[in-house]
Amino acid sequence: MYLPWDDSTGKSKGFLFATFKTAEDAAYAMAAMHRHPFDTKHTFHITRFTDVERYINIDEAWVEPEPETYKPREHLRAWLGDSQGRDQYATYRGDEVEVHWHGKPSQCEIAHARNGWTDLYVSWSPLGTYFATLHRQGVRLWGGSSWEAQQRFAHPFVKLIDFSPNEKFIVTWSHDPIHVPEGAQQGPQYFSPEDEGNNIAVWDIKTGNLLRTFPSATPEGEDGTKRQMQWPAMKWSADDQFVGRVTPSQQISVYELPSMRLHDKKSIKIEGVVDFEWCPHGDKDREDAEKAVAQGKKPKDNLLAYWTPEVANQPARVSVISFPGRNIMRQKNLFNVTECKLYWQNQGDFLCVKVDRHTKTKKSIFCNLEIFRVREKDFPVEVVELKDAVTDFSWEPKGERFAIISSNDPNLGNPAPGVTVKTDVSFYQLVRGKGDFKLLRSLPGRTSNTIRWSPRGRHVVLGTVGSTSKSELEFWDLDFNFDESRREGANQEKEWGTGIQLLGTADHYALTDAEWDPSGRYLATSASAWRHTIENGYAIWDFRGQEIEKHVLDRFKQFLWRPRPRTLLTKEQQRQIRRNLKEYSRQFDEEDAADESNVSAELIAQRKRLVDEWNAWRLRAKEELAEERKKRGKKVNDEKAPEEEKEEIQVWIDEVIEQIEEVIIE
Amino acid sequence: MRPILLQGHERSLTQIKFNREGDLLFSCSKDHVINVWFTDNGERLGTYDGHNGTVWTIDVDSQSRFLVSGSADNTMRLWSVETGKCLYEWEFPTAVKRVAFSEDDDQVVCITEQRMGHQGAIRVFDINREGDGTDQSSEPISFFNPTGSKAVVCAFAHDPSLIITGHESGKVALFNAKTGEEVQGNTRAHLDQVTDLQLSPDRSYFVTSSKDKTARLHDTRTLLVLKTYSTETPLNSAAISQGKPYILLGGGQDAMSVTTTSLRQGKFETRFWHMVLEEEVGRVKGHFGPVNTIAVHPKGTCYASGGEDGFVRVHHFDESYFRAKPYGDLEIED
Repeated sequence: MYLPWDDSTGKSKGFLFATFKTAEDAAYAMAAMHRHPFDTKHTFHITRFTDVERYINIDEAWVEPEPETYKPREHLRAWLGDSQGRDQYATYRGDEVEVHWHGKPSQCEIAHARNGWTDLYVSWSPLGTYFATLHRQGVRLWGGSSWEAQQRFAHPFVKLIDFSPNEKFIVTWSHDPIHVPEGAQQGPQYFSPEDEGNNIAVWDIKTGNLLRTFPSATPEGEDGTKRQMQWPAMKWSADDQFVGRVTPSQQISVYELPSMRLHDKKSIKIEGVVDFEWCPHGDKDREDAEKAVAQGKKPKDNLLAYWTPEVANQPARVSVISFPGRNIMRQKNLFNVTECKLYWQNQGDFLCVKVDRHTKTKKSIFCNLEIFRVREKDFPVEVVELKDAVTDFSWEPKGERFAIISSNDPNLGNPAPGVTVKTDVSFYQLVRGKGDFKLLRSLPGRTSNTIRWSPRGRHVVLGTVGSTSKSELEFWDLDFNFDESRREGANQEKEWGTGIQLLGTADHYALTDAEWDPSGRYLATSASAWRHTIENGYAIWDFRGQEIEKHVLDRFKQFLWRPRPRTLLTKEQQRQIRRNLKEYSRQFDEEDAADESNVSAELIAQRKRLVDEWNAWRLRAKEELAEERKKRGKKVNDEKAPEEEKEEIQVWIDEVIEQIEEVIIE
Repeated sequence: MRPILLQGHERSLTQIKFNREGDLLFSCSKDHVINVWFTDNGERLGTYDGHNGTVWTIDVDSQSRFLVSGSADNTMRLWSVETGKCLYEWEFPTAVKRVAFSEDDDQVVCITEQRMGHQGAIRVFDINREGDGTDQSSEPISFFNPTGSKAVVCAFAHDPSLIITGHESGKVALFNAKTGEEVQGNTRAHLDQVTDLQLSPDRSYFVTSSKDKTARLHDTRTLLVLKTYSTETPLNSAAISQGKPYILLGGGQDAMSVTTTSLRQGKFETRFWHMVLEEEVGRVKGHFGPVNTIAVHPKGTCYASGGEDGFVRVHHFDESYFRAKPYGDLEIED
């Protein structure tokens, strides 16, 4: 280490040279000390000596860069322009990745297929624009009608990815810390030595630029053991403005996009914080935001909910704060809390906090649902108390109802093979005006452990997933005697809970996943080879539980519907369509009828062709065979051996029915 | 019609065979015994006793005069079908996994296991049909070791100078019976072990079943795959039906993992597939273990299946089976 000294002033010149034994040591020092603030005025900067040399040797003359010619790109949302309005889904089986069109039986076809497209798994971006594949080298995004590569993110050994809600950014995670080898590519799209040792990276999707990297935070359990990492590790606000990251029991750090700087240069310090969730934006929020932008006003603050457990003498607490205002909007203290889970309704109307509480002796667990009505003044809170443990909770999308699965089965929590946990399913609905949630209906004695609401609401599927002995699916309609065309009229006066109707039941053996298509008309269930190897494959059902397709495919791994972006139609246009529904349905019926006759004709032709091919081959094979036999000097046994006379076999069956011995006494 | 249940074996079946007329059914099993049954009523006609190990394989000649069997006691035996006497015995260093008669009944091919330092071998023997059959040559007329993956099933091809083999790797090959030279090979016929190989009556095409859950129909001459039948379970046997263009497939979860799986998962059914259209036509339930071997009556009036559960089930087809035309009027050459 050499510190140049200025004798005239008696001070150091303000820099020093340090030599390290190995390149790794130097890199470590760089990562640890670069930009280290000694005090408010002095910050410590490190420059590699090799860099200094390189910058000296740079050619100073400026060369005008060649302007790139503009190449028109395919429309990334081309699939929405499909003339039959079909949805797409992706399947991953063996090494084969396929994207299928899903429509009427005759319109189901493969849109694109590629062998070895991904090394790990595949994923759609939240609005369906991009198709992501994971490789050893990093992530690739694909899109457009010819499925060309759109973007790449060089994060070696990436394992997990997460898109921001508006597809502007992507977060990647790898178990292996980032290592930048000597001579690696450099540029805004690549890791630089400062990123070494981190696991999480945030990227801009449009440019492919790396925005920032983070180490992954593994929350430590009570006994110091590392618990599973939370994923997504970075949580996005609904408008892609902010991204938050929780440092367990210390703080929530919120970063601004696209600079990725810490907002207001400080994190929100919250002692004991465990988890937080951003409030999603509803349709109305989005409209408001657009209006505000148009008028040059600032959009409304985002909301953020978090909870802290009981520490020392402080009770556990759920708080809702606004951001970037950082005002606490509502707080609620809770007692005897083991665990909390935050569930926002997808329009951001309600926040449900599922509180697992324990009795004083900590022996049994029961559950409270604390429901915040966020749209109302002061966020009134309603509590639903339950005696059992709730294993799953789910809001109806765009609705005022939710479903829970509760259980008091002693087997709960210690899963064993062959044990099916008995559960109860209950539906609750908001009572308008009174503002509390009331039980709609309870279905006792089920085995269901999964709730899947249709993305349009109203329909819900209850499934027993991941069990080897039971695999039932129940398709429920919550507004059975409710006419869609009169939706606008308020008919809340119906008798409570009468609209709930079981539409059908189905069974997909050993299913592991269930997912609604974006239109809410079809449900796809799949049995993935990642979980087990029995009867892998997938099935598609309609909302009534009728099977539409079923494929049992060996080594089947993944099924994913392609999400759709939000509709571009205004409310008025949507209403118009709903009004003219009868007109449209007649058109569709006619199309269907024409289609059906087509299909059977095609099938028959196809079979005919197969048979013809086969017969032709047989004739040829027979001829060749006969010739060969002749060559070998054997007689051609072309003529069939004379039909043998049928042999009559007579079978005598003696059965002794009864034997009676009588002693005759004379 | 109700199937006839043949309860004559104490352990799992390894192979079953009809004779040419189809009135007799031969079965062999891991309990060292070979049985012969009347197809018509399921009565047992007799047994062939003598083997001291699992009998892996049997074949009967076209005159129903000689029966040849291969066993884990390292012998291949020739039996008189009529009397049940053992006429001749060949000894090998390892177990015999597969035997097959040639079309003219004058040759037998056998596969011996690769074990204890011995390579898997294919041997062809001449069968002396003169006299009472006890005068056989102990020396094979041809003997060779296929290189690469070991052969597990074999049969004479349409040309008696060629032998078709199915291998552990999923390969299907044609060997010259005299020189042992590989004439043709299709290494990618299956992805996993070939479990059975059965020929069409004129030996111009054959079906193979495999652990890779598929069965395939091959052209004997070119070894090209003509048809593929994919199921969701490992297959142990595949047979070509007569009269109707069906392929019968049998299999199920591996015998080893049976105890840990329920009947529902096991898939212990016999599946009927349309040979040309590659569509599944129907299934027949019955066995409560994997189906190890299937044979179809030469006239197509019934079929039999032998299972890991130790039973042979003989199913005589109903009238409706012959009348049914599930795919309409399609004339299909046999």
